[in-house]
Amino acid sequence: MSTEKEDLQRLAEEEYKHGFYTDVEADSLPPGLNEDVIAHISSVKNEPEWLLEWRLKAYRSWLKMKEPRWAFLRYPEIDYQDIIYYSAPKSQKDGPQSLDEIDPELLDTYNKLGIPLVEQAMLAGVVGVAVDAVFDSVSVATTFREKLAEDGIIFCSMSEAVQDHPDLVREYIGSVVPITDNFFSALNSAVFTDGSFCYIPKGVRCPMELSTYFRINAAKTGQFERTLVIADEGSYVSYLEGCTAPVRDENQLHAAVVELVAHKDATIKYSTVQNWYPGDENGVGGIFNFVTKRGKCLGDNSRISWTQVETGSAITWKYPGCILQGDNSIGEFYSVALTRRRQQADTGTKMIHIGKNTRSNIVSKGISAGRGHNAYRGLVKIGKGADNARNYTQCDSMLIGDKCGAHTFPYIEVNNPTANMEHEASTTKIGEDQMFFCQQRGISPEDAVSMIVNGFCKEVFKELPMEFAVEAQKLLGVSLEGSVG
Amino acid sequence: MLKIKNLHVKADGKHILKGVNLEVKFGEVHSIMGPNGSGKSTLAQVLAGRPGYEIVEGEVWYKGEDLLELAPEERAREGIFLAFQYPVEIPGVANTYFLRAALNAQRKHRGEREIEAGEFLKLVKEKAAMLKMDTSLLSRPVNEGFSGGEKKRNEIFHMAVLEPVLGILDETDSGLDIDAMKVVAEGVTSLRSPDRSFIVVTHYQRLLDYIVPDYVHVLSEGRIVKSGDKSLALELEKTGYAWANKG
Repeated sequence: MSTEKEDLQRLAEEEYKHGFYTDVEADSLPPGLNEDVIAHISSVKNEPEWLLEWRLKAYRSWLKMKEPRWAFLRYPEIDYQDIIYYSAPKSQKDGPQSLDEIDPELLDTYNKLGIPLVEQAMLAGVVGVAVDAVFDSVSVATTFREKLAEDGIIFCSMSEAVQDHPDLVREYIGSVVPITDNFFSALNSAVFTDGSFCYIPKGVRCPMELSTYFRINAAKTGQFERTLVIADEGSYVSYLEGCTAPVRDENQLHAAVVELVAHKDATIKYSTVQNWYPGDENGVGGIFNFVTKRGKCLGDNSRISWTQVETGSAITWKYPGCILQGDNSIGEFYSVALTRRRQQADTGTKMIHIGKNTRSNIVSKGISAGRGHNAYRGLVKIGKGADNARNYTQCDSMLIGDKCGAHTFPYIEVNNPTANMEHEASTTKIGEDQMFFCQQRGISPEDAVSMIVNGFCKEVFKELPMEFAVEAQKLLGVSLEGSVG
Repeated sequence: MLKIKNLHVKADGKHILKGVNLEVKFGEVHSIMGPNGSGKSTLAQVLAGRPGYEIVEGEVWYKGEDLLELAPEERAREGIFLAFQYPVEIPGVANTYFLRAALNAQRKHRGEREIEAGEFLKLVKEKAAMLKMDTSLLSRPVNEGFSGGEKKRNEIFHMAVLEPVLGILDETDSGLDIDAMKVVAEGVTSLRSPDRSFIVVTHYQRLLDYIVPDYVHVLSEGRIVKSGDKSLALELEKTGYAWANKG
């Protein structure tokens, strides 16, 4: 009946034209996982004995575990013996030689997102760019690292940290997400190949936003990424993960683990933008993203804040949480999750209140378009000793079109009568009324959708670092626009 | 500038407009009056291009173009403005941000450059002052938490900033107290010019004390049953719509 509805449907189902693919020149182990494979990984990375033992312990626990199926997600059986767990760093001889060889659609998206040319080349895997040549990334990274080192800040790849700061790694790895925590974290612990490591010493306020961008010359992180951020007493750090540029990966399964530790009076802000390939119209080829992210507010008055913008992946299984152990500690979770085509997301947070006067704040915005399904799943648990704990949860869903779904699964567990809990939830539909109102003022349907959705997500975007927020807004616009151009 | 010929419109299978004829020239103000359910709002919505209506028969020509061929945003960019009877809320989108996007979309269509931030702010403040709008309404999200009266005033504010060629007011007076109505009417009157026309849809004639129309039409059961000048509105007030039906 109405063309408007069809327009929305069409926008939501537009082809994903932004993906790209670099061929791998693999010097890899055969597919499959066993103790030899793990020993091989550990020895190639020249790891200390204790870490190999730790990996093997994780592997043995993993063998006894079952893949969780409680999430509101439907996906085929994953054959864990059909996955290659180690391949040597690639030489990119066969990669594209210049930006001229890159899919113009992809470049168009980059331009829309305002990504500079050199970075475009890097992202698109143009030969030589990622390492040196045009963009002197080595020196950029080195300069930054030197500047950080002046303050005693350690920021490097996980592999480097294992070599250079083994005591720190040993003390904290697995201290927030124990190896037996869940199926995917156990798998990650057994086979992780790299990731980021960050340590902020006592009383230091990290002078810049830390992002993986600054260590682009570091080894490429694989599908099992491991990140550890430690903020010592009275320190502050803002950490940025991912980028708005569309990312494609030959590995379908991703299972990362991120652990944050905030000591007394320390603050960690962790922001993520994830835009991995969502799969085609029928959901084929998209990334399966099973992530375990958790922060521990270990000391009094500490604070951990998670902000995420999730627009990619076919399957997202992710619950960044906070263990509020120190008195007066604060945990925050701000999330935007967009699902379109046949994307499915089951995401939310876990706030575990242990200390006194602990507070948590949850703002979740789920947007479903096309045939996408978006589930919010959140646990707020108030322990016996957590006197005067407070939680505020706001959970809003927006539907675009009539073939998508939004679901909410809040779990609340209160074991202390002094707790104060608030939960608000809403579901709205981008209405034809709103669309017509915008169009009647001269705004195109594409811009109208983008504007309405960005307005809906505003409370989350304001938690992102300024530049990231601008990028994230553009990203939502471009994702929903679908047809680039 | 606008010519409606024998317009028949259905909504949800129901025949609502049954052969409307109307001609509006540049600079004229036409008022459409009529009882509830006569099709007044439908006419306003169809002119603005709201989806969900089936044009069964008839033609609408606007500035020499077939209006019914244009998408709603194209009509807006060509200068058609509809002040909504029930203005829509857009949470999280600041009123001025929205308005600037709208203005720039229209300017782009006309081949003009985008308006600069300073220039836009000046324009917006000037128009808000004219309509005695609380300036806090400018930075708040579009219509969110606005009172009924504030929403209607905001519509006229949008119209004042966008400066349309044809302004269609769909029962803008409903829900307004007399003071607010005066301000709104003054705003509309100040926009009157030889290059701009208005169609004022209203149920009551009191608005027409302040926006004096050149023509008054009575719409009843999907047809214009009577046309006249301002005095027709006054007669209607005395005798009711039943009289017009017979006439």
